[in-house]
Amino acid sequence: MRHVISILIENESGALSRVSGLFSARAYNIESLTVAPTEDPSMSRMTIVSTGSDDIIEQITKQLNKLIEVVKVVDLSEAAHVERELMLVKVRASGKDREEMKRMSDIFRGRIIDVTESTYVIELTGNTGKLDSFIEAIDASLILETVRTGVCGIGRGDRVLKV
Amino acid sequence: MVLTGAEIVIRCLQEEKVEYVFGYPGGAVLFIYDELFKQDKVRHVLVRHEQGAVHAADGYARSTQKVGVALVTSGPGVTNAVTGIATAHMDSIPLVIITGQVPRAYIGQDAFQEVDTVGITRPCVKHNYLVKDIRDLAATIKKAFYLAQSGRPGPVLVDIPKDVSADRCEFDYPKSVAMRSYNPVTRGHQGQIKKAVQLLLEAKRPMIYTGGGVILSDAADRLAGLVRQLGFPVTNTLMGLGGYPASDRQFIGMLGMHGTYEANMAMQNCDVLLAVGARFDDRVIGNPAHFAEVPRKIIHIDIDPSSISKRVKVDVPIVGHLPEVLDDIGKQLDASGARADDKALKAWWKQIDEWRGKDCLRYDRKSRIIKPQYVIEKLHEVTGGEAFVCSDVGQHQMWAAQYYKFDKPRRWMNSGGLGTMGFGLPAAMGVQLAHPGSPVVCVTGEGSIQMCIQELSTCKQYRLPLKVVLLNNGYLGMVRQWQQLFHGNRYAESYVDALPDFVRLAEAYGHVGMRIEKPADVEGALREAFQRKDDLVFMDFAIDPKENVYPMVQGGKGLTDMILAEEL
Repeated sequence: MRHVISILIENESGALSRVSGLFSARAYNIESLTVAPTEDPSMSRMTIVSTGSDDIIEQITKQLNKLIEVVKVVDLSEAAHVERELMLVKVRASGKDREEMKRMSDIFRGRIIDVTESTYVIELTGNTGKLDSFIEAIDASLILETVRTGVCGIGRGDRVLKV
Repeated sequence: MVLTGAEIVIRCLQEEKVEYVFGYPGGAVLFIYDELFKQDKVRHVLVRHEQGAVHAADGYARSTQKVGVALVTSGPGVTNAVTGIATAHMDSIPLVIITGQVPRAYIGQDAFQEVDTVGITRPCVKHNYLVKDIRDLAATIKKAFYLAQSGRPGPVLVDIPKDVSADRCEFDYPKSVAMRSYNPVTRGHQGQIKKAVQLLLEAKRPMIYTGGGVILSDAADRLAGLVRQLGFPVTNTLMGLGGYPASDRQFIGMLGMHGTYEANMAMQNCDVLLAVGARFDDRVIGNPAHFAEVPRKIIHIDIDPSSISKRVKVDVPIVGHLPEVLDDIGKQLDASGARADDKALKAWWKQIDEWRGKDCLRYDRKSRIIKPQYVIEKLHEVTGGEAFVCSDVGQHQMWAAQYYKFDKPRRWMNSGGLGTMGFGLPAAMGVQLAHPGSPVVCVTGEGSIQMCIQELSTCKQYRLPLKVVLLNNGYLGMVRQWQQLFHGNRYAESYVDALPDFVRLAEAYGHVGMRIEKPADVEGALREAFQRKDDLVFMDFAIDPKENVYPMVQGGKGLTDMILAEEL
């Protein structure tokens, strides 16, 4: 099962490698990992998307909690939450494709943030499924480059991850 | 008071009341050594290899419940220390390892004797630090000592660049540590404890299984109280020996791969299992699927939540500090006024005694070749069971565990988790320094002893009167045993040709050497050795090269699929 795990961790050098090292050392999966400082610069927030049985996910959260620099761990997917991911796609946009690309971007509520005579860079946010759908919807031969941030997530309503 | 980084390091060690630092000097730690030289509160023990330094600090810690301290230089000093650090990490031993690092400006430049110490050691420490600013130095060392010994203990490493040790700043040693990210649990959850008590009282075939946690948390007395109160059988893991007196009737021996028949049978067939400070290791329960075939309720007490339900699903997890949790269980038992089912318990003991009747540790006492089991039994007799026994890794380790009946905690030091050959001798040095005047033995094999034999030189320098009991069978015995049983008698590289003359080797290092070849000479040699209170005596026992360790559960097999000596 897919899980979205949120971590508050001391913003110290090496903290990221402790987390990623834990996943590789114990053979846990990482689908994506994002990290950036929070509004309190002494702390970073990480979102990890992982897959595994309930037992494995339980071990992952326990092992993460055991890391000295980890302040809090929450499995967001245990309850209602929202997820977003940002993608930038550079596509060929010349001739008849130019108009089609603009249209597709609009349909997916993307924004074109860089324009040349022959290319666009499209910015798209949404959950992982939406970004995947966009890639599938456009002509694969027109894609020059894609870059994705990986998922970040947050609990709905009163659910708050804070110290 | 403004001090240099090196002065701060020494002052911190003094504040922590560190008696001994085990180490080896080098370029990156020269300022620290200079400050060590200028004082006499913290004594330094110069080993012959950094692995020995960490094992010695480890032996010191295991036998005292204090933090062991090692000091090594950058680069190869660190890489040599890694085996020792990983050994301590697997067995949850509180250590602080101080390492030198190249000056800050050189870090990342592939400087002479530079390695990424924090990176290399990250997976085998409880935590580690690179001190980049001298203003953080004292607080970091304070945290290191706190982390090493609180919660589930473990090694903590502090990496100090050479220029930080030369830098100056105001020294102020923090009195306490508060970390928002680290708050180990102490008291167990009372509701869970209540459930545990209920299960214990309902048990028909109960079993208590205890591990290294009992030793580490000093819970042996409380455990003994509870075991007697309940009247249940108890088994120890390899790491837990001495956690319950081996000579007591309720003790049914060590369990696991080389556990007793009765312990493994009872473990498999019990209906309620109380696991205390143990972690259902693969060497303990064998195949987890086979273990799960018999339905049983499991109560698991451990300080580390990640040890619970890791390999075996448990019914009542209790996270907490063992002495307090055991106390709480005892109190709730008292308060309930209820007693376990006496009739069922009697029947269970009858069954266990039947298993005991197999006498699974029996061996040929009339042999004309020295049997290793006999040497250990005599060692127990000659030392009155009072020795501190440090072991290396292999057959001799298992024989020591099976035949030296440990009645007290902290008397048995061995690398149970990592299985590090070479651990025994340096660990024994640390133990002997912590317990001057007490008998300290290193039980070893001719394979293991040669992995850290250079420490015989350290023993001479510090006049450590250890007794080395070498069970010499000319083979890497445990490897040979597996090859005999599971690899069609093909003894690939397990015969060690061209062994040194250990008597002359011991003498060359300035010690007393003995070679013992006949069973009739075993006891006399041991008695003579222990009478030589000021000498390190190295006893080379020529033992039966064909002897195997039994019972044995093959890796991956079920716990009750035991190979017994009689079946061969």
